Amino acid sequence: VSQLAGATVAAGGGPGPRPPSRRRSARSREESRTGLLLISPTVVIVVAVVVLPVLWTISLAFQQVRLLNLRTTGIIGEYSLENFTDVLTSSGFLQSLVTTFVYSVLGTTGAIVVGLVAALALRHPFRGRGLVRAALLLPYVAPVVAATFVWTTMLSPQFGIVNYWGVELLGWDEPVAFLSSRSDDVTILGLTFSVPTALLTVIAFEAWRSFPFAFLFLTARLQAVPDTYEEAARVDGATPTQRMRYIILPQLLPTIAVLAVLRFIWTFNNFDDIYLLTGGGAGTEVVSVRVFDYLTARGDIGAAAAQALVLAAILAVAVSLYLRLFGRSEDVA
Amino acid sequence: MTTTQTRPTGTAGAGGGGAARTRRGWSRDAVENGVVRVLRPLVVAVLLFASVFPFVYMILLSVKPLDALLRDPGSLWVPLDQVNLDTYANVLRSVEDGGQGFLVFIGNSLLVALGTVALSMLVAIPGAYAVSRLEFFGRRRISALFLAVYFFPAILLAVPLFVFFTRIGLRGSLVGLLVVYVAQVAAVTIYMLRNYFDTIPVSLEEAAAIDGATRLQVMRKIALPLAMPAIVSNGLFVFMIAWNEFLFALLFLVERRDRWTVSLGLSQLAGSIEVPTTVLMAGSVILTLPIIVLFFASERLLTGGLTAGAEKG
Repeated sequence: VSQLAGATVAAGGGPGPRPPSRRRSARSREESRTGLLLISPTVVIVVAVVVLPVLWTISLAFQQVRLLNLRTTGIIGEYSLENFTDVLTSSGFLQSLVTTFVYSVLGTTGAIVVGLVAALALRHPFRGRGLVRAALLLPYVAPVVAATFVWTTMLSPQFGIVNYWGVELLGWDEPVAFLSSRSDDVTILGLTFSVPTALLTVIAFEAWRSFPFAFLFLTARLQAVPDTYEEAARVDGATPTQRMRYIILPQLLPTIAVLAVLRFIWTFNNFDDIYLLTGGGAGTEVVSVRVFDYLTARGDIGAAAAQALVLAAILAVAVSLYLRLFGRSEDVA
Repeated sequence: MTTTQTRPTGTAGAGGGGAARTRRGWSRDAVENGVVRVLRPLVVAVLLFASVFPFVYMILLSVKPLDALLRDPGSLWVPLDQVNLDTYANVLRSVEDGGQGFLVFIGNSLLVALGTVALSMLVAIPGAYAVSRLEFFGRRRISALFLAVYFFPAILLAVPLFVFFTRIGLRGSLVGLLVVYVAQVAAVTIYMLRNYFDTIPVSLEEAAAIDGATRLQVMRKIALPLAMPAIVSNGLFVFMIAWNEFLFALLFLVERRDRWTVSLGLSQLAGSIEVPTTVLMAGSVILTLPIIVLFFASERLLTGGLTAGAEKG
């Protein structure tokens, strides 16, 4: 995403520094013309539906636009920084930013850890492995609306099966309002903690829903690790944990790093899951849900645009920092 | 690698797939191997349960009589004589007939999803071919732009599109939604198809060109048939994205019930208390089933496509 700004500017931009690598023959001119012709429909659609609207968002963010006065607002409006100062000084926005970070980091970590465990557990062939593999991808391919609806029903304090069995079998004192309780006290070994119930639930949902993605990538990478490495380590007397630590993990690390970036970006931007599970209530309001509320419920377009821009900017900074620290950006593709 | 030394159980004892006890009792290797042997099937079982159970539960509730659910929420069985398929009839019937109108939603979803597939293939196949085969001005930048679009926060795009569609009065239009979807998937489509075109040897096309075929003839007669597997899997992938999409459908269509997609319809009705949960579960099954059928039918193709970028690290 660090390339985002650069790419959008370049798309509309003038001649670049790329020198023609070969002589401008008639054939290469023809090739260039055909290439541009073939790619232009896609470029037109992307520019019209993505690039221009994003540029317009930037303009909207600096104006006092509301849904009500929308028709009277022109391109040349009164520009001010008011939206940004309002947004950045409101405690609600900062709180939702923190929530977004916690949600993204824990959701990404959860998805990768579960995906790694799944990839390792299914590494060696057994009867029906193909079917199990396909079944593990269900959470990822299923429509998000159906998945969230089933979870909501399962976790319902009234007739949800989780609460039913929790009370019946696990001896819970009372049903847990997984999706509408901001925090609950949990007693483990005599110590009482306060845990953010709803936030943890949406994080668990995120891990459940996207672990198959990590599982797929890591399985593909595992298949490419030559057996000979492990064989040699085994002959040298390395135990399973040692082989894991010194042979397999180093092989998987680059893939895990790429996965971390991808999942973090998508989780950070995620709107659907939280909107559908909690509607942003009970301490789960992430920035994208907040933007949606400003846009539709409050009709405050300027503030919505400003918050969306801040979200994108923070994401861009976070990802470019990460890439600078841990890797070469080209590999993300 | 000195770190891989086991406890002093002797050099030969640890080898051979954790066969067994050595004379001095359990070695660390044998213990770990034993634990792994027990843990592996357990982990597989837990993961399988976690992945599949919600969907089994979905089907179960969709055929369960409502009073049975409220009476005994914990039961995981519906006696065969009590299987209740009225929920499906109810959810599919039109609103005028006292149903939920999912038949209309299915039509809308199909229209949008198939339209997105058709249009995105129409623009992306030539585009991907160009990016893979032809040297033209700005090629690299265009690839970068498409990649950037793929990672864009959807909510950032939602603001201006919502405003724009409101202003020109295109909210509630399925075509408007379709165009947005095409722009969203164009990036990943071109990326995936390009990867496939890259694996097709150029020599075939050069041979055709020497025989006098024009560029477009080469594309249509040689490259297109060869890329068919990738095009089909990609079309399925795009269909699934469009069928599952929620945010833009919500933004554009929410006020027009007759234009709702299945996803949107389910999410909207899930909030109301008038519609019984079992009926909505039938709606969930209707929403999920096409995707799962498509997925299992094309699993090989799709997983290949999904992991196409995994081998670069």
